Amino acid sequence: MAGWLFVITLVLALVAVYRPFGDYMYRVVTGTRSNVVERGVYRLVGVNPSAEQTWGVYARSVLAFSAVSILFLYAFLRLQDKLWLSLGFDPVTSHVAWNTAVSFVSNTNWQAYSGESTMGHLAQMAGLAVQNFVSAAVGIAVAVALIRGFASRGSGELGNFWVDLTRITVRVLLPVAALATLIFMVGGMVQNLSGGTDVTTLTGAAQHITGGPVASQEAIKLLGTNGGGFYNANSAHPFENPTTWTNWIQIFLILLIPFSLPRVFGRMVGQNRQGYAIVAVMAVLAIASTALTIGFELHGAGTVPQAVGAAMEGKETRFGIPDSATFAAATTLTSTGAVNSFHDSYTALGGMMPMVNMMLGEVAPGGTGSGLYGLLILAVITVFVAGLMVGRTPEYLGKKIGAREMKLASSYFLITPALVLIGTAAAFANGHNSTALNVGPHGLSEVLYAFTSASNNNGSAFAGITVNTPWWDTALGLAMLLGRFLPIVLVLALAGSLARQKVTPESEGTLPTHQPLFVGLVVGVTVVLVALTFLPALALGPIAEGLS
Amino acid sequence: MTLLAEKPAVESPKPVGGGLLDPQQLWRSLPSAVRKLDPRVMWRNPVMFIVEIGAVFTTVLSIADPSVFAWIITVWLWLTVVFANLAEAVAEGRGKAQAAALRAAKQDTVAYLKDGREIPATQLTLGDVVVVEAGQVIPGDGDVIEGIASVDESAITGESAPVIRESGGDRSAVTGGTKVLSDRIVVKITQRPGESFVDRMIALVEGANRQKTPNEIALNILLAALTIIFLLSVVTLQPLAIFSKAFNAAAPDTVALDGNGVTGIVLVSLIVCLIPTTIGALLSAIGIAGMDRLVQRNVLAMSGRAVEAAGDVNTLLLDKTGTITLGNRQAAEFVPVDGVTAATLADAAQLSSLADETPEGRSVVVLAKNQFGLREREPGLMPEATFVPFTAQTRMSGVDLGGRQIRKGAASAVMKWVRQNGGHPTEEVGEIVDAISGSGGTPLVVAGLDPGQPARALGVIHLKDVVKAGMRARFDEMRRMGIRTVMITGDNPRTAKAIADEAGVDDFLAEATPEDKLAYIKKEQDGGRLVAMTGDGTNDAPALAQADVGVAMNTGTSAAKEAGNMVDLDSDPTKLIEIVEIGKQLLITRGALTTFSISNDIAKYFAIIPAMFAAVYPGLDTLNVMRLHSPGSAILSAVIFNALVIMALIPLALRGVRYRPSSASALLRRNLWIYGLGGVIVPFLGIKLIDLLVQFIPGI
Repeated sequence: MAGWLFVITLVLALVAVYRPFGDYMYRVVTGTRSNVVERGVYRLVGVNPSAEQTWGVYARSVLAFSAVSILFLYAFLRLQDKLWLSLGFDPVTSHVAWNTAVSFVSNTNWQAYSGESTMGHLAQMAGLAVQNFVSAAVGIAVAVALIRGFASRGSGELGNFWVDLTRITVRVLLPVAALATLIFMVGGMVQNLSGGTDVTTLTGAAQHITGGPVASQEAIKLLGTNGGGFYNANSAHPFENPTTWTNWIQIFLILLIPFSLPRVFGRMVGQNRQGYAIVAVMAVLAIASTALTIGFELHGAGTVPQAVGAAMEGKETRFGIPDSATFAAATTLTSTGAVNSFHDSYTALGGMMPMVNMMLGEVAPGGTGSGLYGLLILAVITVFVAGLMVGRTPEYLGKKIGAREMKLASSYFLITPALVLIGTAAAFANGHNSTALNVGPHGLSEVLYAFTSASNNNGSAFAGITVNTPWWDTALGLAMLLGRFLPIVLVLALAGSLARQKVTPESEGTLPTHQPLFVGLVVGVTVVLVALTFLPALALGPIAEGLS
Repeated sequence: MTLLAEKPAVESPKPVGGGLLDPQQLWRSLPSAVRKLDPRVMWRNPVMFIVEIGAVFTTVLSIADPSVFAWIITVWLWLTVVFANLAEAVAEGRGKAQAAALRAAKQDTVAYLKDGREIPATQLTLGDVVVVEAGQVIPGDGDVIEGIASVDESAITGESAPVIRESGGDRSAVTGGTKVLSDRIVVKITQRPGESFVDRMIALVEGANRQKTPNEIALNILLAALTIIFLLSVVTLQPLAIFSKAFNAAAPDTVALDGNGVTGIVLVSLIVCLIPTTIGALLSAIGIAGMDRLVQRNVLAMSGRAVEAAGDVNTLLLDKTGTITLGNRQAAEFVPVDGVTAATLADAAQLSSLADETPEGRSVVVLAKNQFGLREREPGLMPEATFVPFTAQTRMSGVDLGGRQIRKGAASAVMKWVRQNGGHPTEEVGEIVDAISGSGGTPLVVAGLDPGQPARALGVIHLKDVVKAGMRARFDEMRRMGIRTVMITGDNPRTAKAIADEAGVDDFLAEATPEDKLAYIKKEQDGGRLVAMTGDGTNDAPALAQADVGVAMNTGTSAAKEAGNMVDLDSDPTKLIEIVEIGKQLLITRGALTTFSISNDIAKYFAIIPAMFAAVYPGLDTLNVMRLHSPGSAILSAVIFNALVIMALIPLALRGVRYRPSSASALLRRNLWIYGLGGVIVPFLGIKLIDLLVQFIPGI
């Protein structure tokens, strides 16, 4: 009962904020006035905030900014012992530093390290947390650029990346994160710069109780769908997620921006109903997936789950099954990757669901920005096939989906499955799967999960696999890098191509893209394409395990 | 614009469809299908090229390690490729016969140059002037510069009635390969060697040098992407399969899986079953058949792009005369004035029109006969009658019978005549004339003069345009398809509006000059719309060139035919509506078969995945929902189904899916049910049925 309440209140809260928060973000990304802070940033970076960029310039700006971020973060981690608040930790090893730098800049936040025993406070705050903000902003900026492509009347311009990045960070992410930090502190989260306290426990053993700027780190970890935890145990750690209600807030923060962005889409293209259609696709997939995960965990097969009534292994008792399963669904439906339970310990089919969520391309609702642009790509592919079936050159929001658009959309769609499948196959072919804890189908799932998570920029781990070896750090680092930036370039190229087109007026012969039929079709295309791509691999992993 | 030969009114839209598939045709196309196995030809179709590579690979494997299973799979993989080629060959074959007939007409033609030389027609070049006499075949495309002749154009139009071709005006164009039946004409050649209309037509019906259309290219990209995904997901499966087999090494080897992983034969089978072979095999046949359907309707499209654009058209510009209305105005009513009886007026009107051979004049005679039973009087039987012909100056015509005079014509001219002859026309005439003009009709005033009396107005003939039957329904249909219809007319705006309202078009362009038309098209295009129009005159050429779909009438000038991207050999302007439907049908067929092809994969997974891995993980047998006999029979059934479905769908690809004009939502819903849901269900049944048969093959 409490479980149902937990899920239903979440849905209601998201419904309630869809319009106001979406409208607020719409005003942020379409506004023209700059405040003092923003003007300072523009002067510092040396950009003219009113200059529009074509897709090429926009893409180069994104790539340049991200490249500099990776280099900066890498250097930061390698030199952390020379900086303040290092808590005496050693510099991060080169392969872990590369992996981590890529991971945080790509909004993945895969952690090949254990936070409390690797990172000093300054590295956490000035290195990782900064990327938590800007990598999320980059995703939103790219999504907004794509929307501008749809909304454009043929100018070919997509706005200004530096302006988008600054405005989103200053006006959306910072204020909401600040508010969330306060709420988390009230909820009992740690927030200090202490190096920790050594205590003697009742049994007489010595224990080191860590401290640190946890609450502030948490707020953006979730709001920006980052997921990199302060502690290794992530949101299962009582300092990172003390109570059921902070757990609720955490999930709400994860879903807040991704579920509200379709409103921005609807507003910008001048048809709110188009935003409702997109959010409906997201909601259908998300609710179905969450319900299945909860169902599998509550009624999962297996001796122990049957005996205790549910699959409680790897879950915090203070959360219980529905709250844990909802978190698992939310974190993988978005590109967050934070965890409050151990996905490796889920039932076979329950553990398959987070994997499937990611394989969907993280579009329901997906990462900040990346979810929306991923879903819009799927909508473009759907429009193409459906558009042919109504006997016209397919068009979406008045923009024709021709050869160039299909080339870009298809390539986008190819990238992540290719990275996941090639990575997984390579791990097995080279024997790197041997670092997995398990053999058989479960061991296969562990490897498949790792590559699925990295390529889709999720960052959650199935765990049960040792990944801080040079091969894993490199391979997953590459998967994260390519899985983030190749799609971004393709999305921006698509945006550019759409922005150069004139708008074809709507008529009776136009495929309506706001009706339930179309929503169902996008859901169907998403599920079928993913099923067809990953079913053979899943059959040898979680399905084989679940059906045995 | 010239007035075109009147066509019977459009009654109901003909369903768009092609001829049925003749089994003989399949057999005849087989050699050509086998020739297409040449890899240099195959690589142009990436999906089927992959299947061919797979077939070669399994052939090698079967030779190295023969088994019944391996050989049957190999044979069926080859059949899959042959079936795909067969679809294309059959589609091409339909045009071949037509091309042969055209070629025959073209060969052995001698051109008699005006300077007396005789050269083979194939050597004619731009600017040559040739003389063609009765009984000779016109050696090349050109314009008549001297003379008039009746020409038999049945070689290209299939229409046996001869047509008149004369120098000057809009009927000057002649086509090479047609035959002069009477008289002698001098023709200036307007084509380069090898680029004649017949050459283009041959290339077109044969499907040679067929360019892929934009949508076809886009669809090919999607299919290529899907193919790459499935290749990846199958190839990357191998290390996982080896790992799984090693984990459960005690599991028995099967035809599908042994210690080395999935066997090569099964790996290829899986790839072939998953990649979109159905649509890949039929895609080019659909395109060729679409063009063929146009040719069957006597329309020549200069590019497939134009046909596709026709499906996208938002705005249709239609000439009023001949398309929306019957060729000419017709007398609809006699309105007498000043106590004159209607019969008297009709009688006078008839008399004045006897020598008037214009369609308007004839219609007056017809109306008088229909309404008042007045027999037509032969002008020759009235020796005392002197007919006054119509001139631009007098703007009236009439007849003098002894002292009696009757005049008929434009209101102002006739009134003037009445006054000049001592008459005083009443206000009533003016009111009637204004009322008729106001309703969009044309008033003709009839006045008479008996010997010794002043002239007086007898009444007014109401001439009006007659909208063809069924046009309103047709335009409603267009509206449902999201297409705006615009009527183009030289009439004044008031008349134009009245006819536009009656016909039910969405908009009209009155007093239209060629420049107005061009401007209208550009305005529509600036608003992102695609425009289609028909035309035949030289002054239509700029607009035809500007329109996205420009259909030139075959009776039109060379300039018009050159400017448009389609030529209608029947010169029927309403054909545009059918062209739009064929364009739409082409796209729908592609979309429907793509959906069908992808939906098929679901069932194939349920057949193949348990077949491959149930030995290692017995739990996976749960997925064998069709309860197929054995791993071998399951895989074989999937492969055979995959090949047979191509054959089964060839007729559909050639004919096109059924198209009924309706809104996009309705179309989508219908096609999703049939091809989406059908695509999911049919293979479950098909594979199960095939499995029931192949399980009896020994060794499976």
